[in-house]
Amino acid sequence: MGHGILLSAAEAEASAGSDIDFMIHGVFSYEIFGQTVWITTTHVCLLIVMLIIIGFCLAANRAVKKAGTVPTGFLNVVELIVEMLDGMIKSAMGSNATKFANYIGTLFLFIFISNISGLIGLRPPTADYGVTLALALITFCMIHFNKFKYQHVSGVIKGLCDPWVFWAPINIIGDIAVPVSLSLRLFANILSGTAIMALVYGLLGWIATAWPAALHIYFDLFSGAIQTYVFCMLTMTYVNDAIGSES
Amino acid sequence: MEFNENFILGCSAIGAGLAVIAGIGPGIGQGIAAGHAAAAVGRNPGAKGDVTSTMLLGQAVAETTGLYGLFIALMLLFVKPLV
Repeated sequence: MGHGILLSAAEAEASAGSDIDFMIHGVFSYEIFGQTVWITTTHVCLLIVMLIIIGFCLAANRAVKKAGTVPTGFLNVVELIVEMLDGMIKSAMGSNATKFANYIGTLFLFIFISNISGLIGLRPPTADYGVTLALALITFCMIHFNKFKYQHVSGVIKGLCDPWVFWAPINIIGDIAVPVSLSLRLFANILSGTAIMALVYGLLGWIATAWPAALHIYFDLFSGAIQTYVFCMLTMTYVNDAIGSES
Repeated sequence: MEFNENFILGCSAIGAGLAVIAGIGPGIGQGIAAGHAAAAVGRNPGAKGDVTSTMLLGQAVAETTGLYGLFIALMLLFVKPLV
């Protein structure tokens, strides 16, 4: 015990015991610098999600290169997605949209495909705290990089001691709470969906035929899409706040 | 004092039940958000799309605290950190 849900490799199998199984499993382990490191099911699912996205991107690239004056078929879908993402980023970031459109678009596609990968029988990679914490830390770095870039050191210190000098510790705790809440929100949402689906399939047996599809639509599609939107929206809001009204 | 494993498991189950009480807060909060959204659509039916998307965003953020409780409950039941 002690590795918990984050790294529970082979131990989870012993602890889960029955058919109910939504834990991360180790596929194989290797030693590096005296530490045992596990390649888990998260890595495998992450690889599959990446392959899906890369395949989609290659197909989209080919379609764009061959495009005539009137878009047809697959190109329509690609244009729809790009226009939707552009519209979302434009409405949230205003004049800063062009600088961050690439990253936010990548983030949106990755989190969305990860969240709905439960539909094709994978364990969603975002139901592993390692993945969501990494995403939230990228956001955290972006926030503070942009803060130092646009508000300079004096502005950052002024913002830290906002109402009064002695409020600085509280402001620092507030800054640290951003990535924690951002990552835990996504993680807990997707994990709860995964856990509830595992409970339905594990406990109900043959009763759980066909109708859990409705639960899949809610937990995987609806909840996944909403949480993707929330993560991207909050990232954009925080970064826009960090840039301030200067530019 | 030494406790055996079954005692700790039972207490973990009680703790998991208590942790899920956190669901009350988001329930009330999401209800308030939905109620106000319904009132806003009633006042201005043209803004239905904007009101709905804003409501869903706010509800998804409000849901977080409840999910923390659920997360603790799941940890206690399936990962058993205290055993």
